[in-house]
Amino acid sequence: MRPFHYTRAGDVAEALRILSQDEGAALIAGGTDLVTLMRDGISGPSHLVDVNGLGLDEVRWLPGGGVRLGAMCRNAANDSRLRRAYPVLSEALRSGASPQIRNRASVGGNLLQQTRCTYFRLPEFACNRRNAGSGCSALQGDSHAQAIFGASSQCVAVHPSDFSVALQALDAVVLTEGTRGRRRIPVDQFFRLPGDTPQVTTELRRDELIVGVELPDSPFAARSHYVKFRERASYAFALVSAAVAVEVRSGTVRSARVALGGVAAKPWRSQAAEEALVGARLNEETIAAAGDAAARGAQPQRHNAYKVELVRRVVRQALSELG
Amino acid sequence: MDETTRESPPSRRAFLSRSLTAGAGLAALGGTGTATAAAPAVAAAAAVDPPETLPVSLTVNGRRRTLRTDPRTSLLDALREDLGLTGPKKGCNQGACGACTVLLDGTRILSCITFAVMFEGAEITTVEGLADGDRLHPVQRAFVEHDGFQCGFCTSGQITSAVGLLAENPRPSTAEIKELMSGNLCRCAAYPNIVAAVESAAEGRS
Repeated sequence: MRPFHYTRAGDVAEALRILSQDEGAALIAGGTDLVTLMRDGISGPSHLVDVNGLGLDEVRWLPGGGVRLGAMCRNAANDSRLRRAYPVLSEALRSGASPQIRNRASVGGNLLQQTRCTYFRLPEFACNRRNAGSGCSALQGDSHAQAIFGASSQCVAVHPSDFSVALQALDAVVLTEGTRGRRRIPVDQFFRLPGDTPQVTTELRRDELIVGVELPDSPFAARSHYVKFRERASYAFALVSAAVAVEVRSGTVRSARVALGGVAAKPWRSQAAEEALVGARLNEETIAAAGDAAARGAQPQRHNAYKVELVRRVVRQALSELG
Repeated sequence: MDETTRESPPSRRAFLSRSLTAGAGLAALGGTGTATAAAPAVAAAAAVDPPETLPVSLTVNGRRRTLRTDPRTSLLDALREDLGLTGPKKGCNQGACGACTVLLDGTRILSCITFAVMFEGAEITTVEGLADGDRLHPVQRAFVEHDGFQCGFCTSGQITSAVGLLAENPRPSTAEIKELMSGNLCRCAAYPNIVAAVESAAEGRS
């Protein structure tokens, strides 16, 4: 592992100062992703700034409705009010990684975790995301776990987070602080599709850090659900997952959110599926239509055509289990 | 008498430890070579000075310990190599197997994917710290009674993880035990007995 300097940041300002002055600096929170990337030579910061001492670990309910999760809340966040108000969020968190990892991994780090694409994580292969312009080994190689939406000729990797898929369904906002001030970035804009710059994965600037995420009060959040399909029952990344949230009044769907995981470089919102739901009764026929709509426009790679059918079924299951 | 004969015969652990260190050295050289050739993202960053060692003070199994460590040292390596606590095992060294599980302020974490220098002031418990003198911890006793192991390599991680689980959830169902122990792999597949041991420890406590 490349040697690095280590600083335990005392406050956000100190962390930002180091980030803006030292181009080789990176933040470390839980470290559950970064340490393996460093050990494998995928990431080589020359200066690690430990943000575990910054606080930022509160779950704060907002007076006007909604809740703010500090960036250093752990992925094991187990708050009964959160479970009731935003079931999809708790379910997504609980389905991620293992208890040991959830106890350590942070909310901010979850958003910033790197793709699990095999070729990204093995330096002997070409990868535009790791090394811009070097090529994409996944295009010729094993594409079974890769994207079916929003990919480019430069990169077909998917974002591995479950939590972010729930955030997408809840219209969450990422709160950042930087040397040039604070920003509120809707989660849909926070993540970037690969396009011609797959090495740039989020809107976060070099001199910014995530201080939290905010979940607005919404009419659909309380009736929400997360379904994750994976290669084994537990402790595996999603092949396809769905976060759904539905507001039903007088038997009719008034508003809905459908977000997919494991299919794109970002949590993928399916507005087509939402449109299939809104204005209809939440019955078998509507649910099937929403599943079909969610899969429409998919562009599978050589080895992942199965994901298209899986999207249909996972969305159907998630909506059916909403009750 | 030459130097070799003056030395006492090496213990099995010392011998293994030296061989592993030599192996790790070779692997590290190979790793660096590969990274330089294929990962300019790493190689292109500014060169850094040789690693400084930093002091870190933490409480391990109730004892205050201070060490100086290269910031790259994982918590697992610091426990095993610097403090001689070889209960936590280095299985995969990448957060996949759970053999390195320890308790941080009572909650279970993986010691292999975190740096020791980050644990200033923390309280760490390893499997060595669970028993009360000669009296086994109830979870340890349950693993013995239910034969919750075969080769034993993953056992210290399984037991420490189960202690963490019962702190998080004192009355888990069988399904919950399976799900919440899924971060601990057992290549001998002693899972049915491990689940039985955790169930019995949970019952004993409730």
